[in-house]
Amino acid sequence: MEKRVVFNGKLLPYLLLAPQLLITLVFFYWPAGQAVLQSFLVQDAFGLSTEFVWFENYQVLFSKPEYYKSMLTTAIFSSLVAFFSLSIALLLAVQADRHIKFASGYKTLLIWPYAVAPAVAGVLWLFMFQPSLGIVSQSMRVAGFEWNPLLRQDHAMMLVVMAATWKQISYNFLFFLAGLQAIPKSVIEAAAIDGARPARRFWTIIFPLLSPTTFFLLVVNIVYVFFDTFGIIDAATQGGPAKGTETMVYKVYSDGRSGGDLGGSAAQSVVLMVIVIALTAIQFRYVERKVQY
Amino acid sequence: MSDVRLQSVRKVYPGGVEAVKGVSLEIADGQFCVLVGPSGCGKSTLLRMVAGLETISGGTCSIGDREVNEVEPADRDIAMVFQNYALYPHMSVYDNMAYGLRNRGTPKDEIDRRVREAARILEVEPFLERRPRALSGGQRQRVAMGRAIVRKPKVFLFDEPLSNLDAKLRIQMRVEIKKLQRALATTSIYVTHDQLEAMTLADQLVVMNKGQVEQAGAPITLYERPITIFVAGFIGAPPMNLLDLPVTGLPGLALASPPSGPVTLGIRPEHLELSAEAGSLSLDLTVTAVEAVGAESYIYGALGGQGPEIIVRIPGRDLPAIGTSLRAIARPENLHFFSRETGLRLN
Repeated sequence: MEKRVVFNGKLLPYLLLAPQLLITLVFFYWPAGQAVLQSFLVQDAFGLSTEFVWFENYQVLFSKPEYYKSMLTTAIFSSLVAFFSLSIALLLAVQADRHIKFASGYKTLLIWPYAVAPAVAGVLWLFMFQPSLGIVSQSMRVAGFEWNPLLRQDHAMMLVVMAATWKQISYNFLFFLAGLQAIPKSVIEAAAIDGARPARRFWTIIFPLLSPTTFFLLVVNIVYVFFDTFGIIDAATQGGPAKGTETMVYKVYSDGRSGGDLGGSAAQSVVLMVIVIALTAIQFRYVERKVQY
Repeated sequence: MSDVRLQSVRKVYPGGVEAVKGVSLEIADGQFCVLVGPSGCGKSTLLRMVAGLETISGGTCSIGDREVNEVEPADRDIAMVFQNYALYPHMSVYDNMAYGLRNRGTPKDEIDRRVREAARILEVEPFLERRPRALSGGQRQRVAMGRAIVRKPKVFLFDEPLSNLDAKLRIQMRVEIKKLQRALATTSIYVTHDQLEAMTLADQLVVMNKGQVEQAGAPITLYERPITIFVAGFIGAPPMNLLDLPVTGLPGLALASPPSGPVTLGIRPEHLELSAEAGSLSLDLTVTAVEAVGAESYIYGALGGQGPEIIVRIPGRDLPAIGTSLRAIARPENLHFFSRETGLRLN
């Protein structure tokens, strides 16, 4: 017996899909296509003449050592943020999953940072760590530690990593908590009776059963660090000092917008796009195999 | 010695709900004890307290000669079979069974020997490399049992292990659990709400209600001499006929020696027989429904034409027509009298 409702019209499915497809086309594929097109063009500073140059923009890009440096910066920045935001969120979720007092209040507070806009988050951290006035910098100076993200690259990197991590923890926490609560309680109890101490229980039972969530979050976090941390970097360090925190997405902005090199900036966007697509594809292909669903 | 002793064990949840209200039990070494009762009677909570999965609010629980109130589940030397099996979904059947032994640092060849032996006993050898997901309900149940027996614990705990299986498999597994327990002679506590499962498995049957033990003893004792109305109504299928007798008597009911005060009279369907004569108890019934189940049949009749419903079991399939009047009698030794106030047995 056919239980599904079947529509015979050919038009209706397209009609129903149209709004979503339209949004995707207009806001994702069109700009992406524009970027690819732009990357083959060279424009003069006033936009009066445009020349089609094939891959010249890319050749120039890959001949510059500072582009490789921004790649390295991005690699350091994204691995630090992904590692810290995932592990801290997991730690917090494991704690929240226990029966603690005021659990719901604790959870609500943990979710708040996600509602803060990236630029605002950047400013918040900037103020706290501002070398001469910031409350954290002052207390660190009292403790004998000279903190100066305006002059030192490693301090600046620490600052943006902290801000970006802080911002992403809420999101990861929510998913980890949901993932933990989906693990049947009796499985954990069985492991406890089977003689596994809490730490061993975590690594042999909980962590493997959580791997679909971890995998999903890894993909989302990588994409987050590559693109959505722009606001934080812009507000906190503007890629400085001496380009020490200039990630690839920030370089796209500074070269294109401030430097006026639209073609080179577009070429960088395309490279960035290819990298993220490749990373996601690799993750789905290799990591997913080991994931326990 | 691995007997289990509970002394006035209580469980009070935060918020004041008292799930277990002072239970004392002695389960001898090697005995199969079944806790049975309606849902919410505290039987699972009691089992989980023995396992160490729930804290004990009052009283003591001892396994062997050791009080285990404050001992971690892992250190109580027990194994538990869960209702939903609780197998580790990301491990093979082999690893599921080996997990507990590995946690205890058992040598590899010893683990292998024990797992293979358990797999052979439970007939899961062909599935050792499979994940639990690829097994049927009955096979998963066997693996869960295997995980319990490889550890050779002092006590087996079963939390409604058969309730997720279909009727046929349930009976088959019931027999196997009994055989296995006999062969291993391991002290066992088994929780169920199925009174037939309870009757067939138990050495000691414990009927629980509202957080308390109503009666504990050999299954046949509980069947023959239930000491409370609750046990009388809970044990036996179809259930015992229970009649509230006012001092004035009931129309259609005749007792050779009526009790002095108001009581509840109990008589099992199988102790009633059809007769034209008067017995020490005579019930005049109008047949309202009949059921033939094969070797025996049940007659449902209204006492005195419109009174309470009485069930009579008769052998064979020779059934009276609906609406017929007939008389059922019983022998004096099969009558149960209970106090209407306390619910306790009087005779």
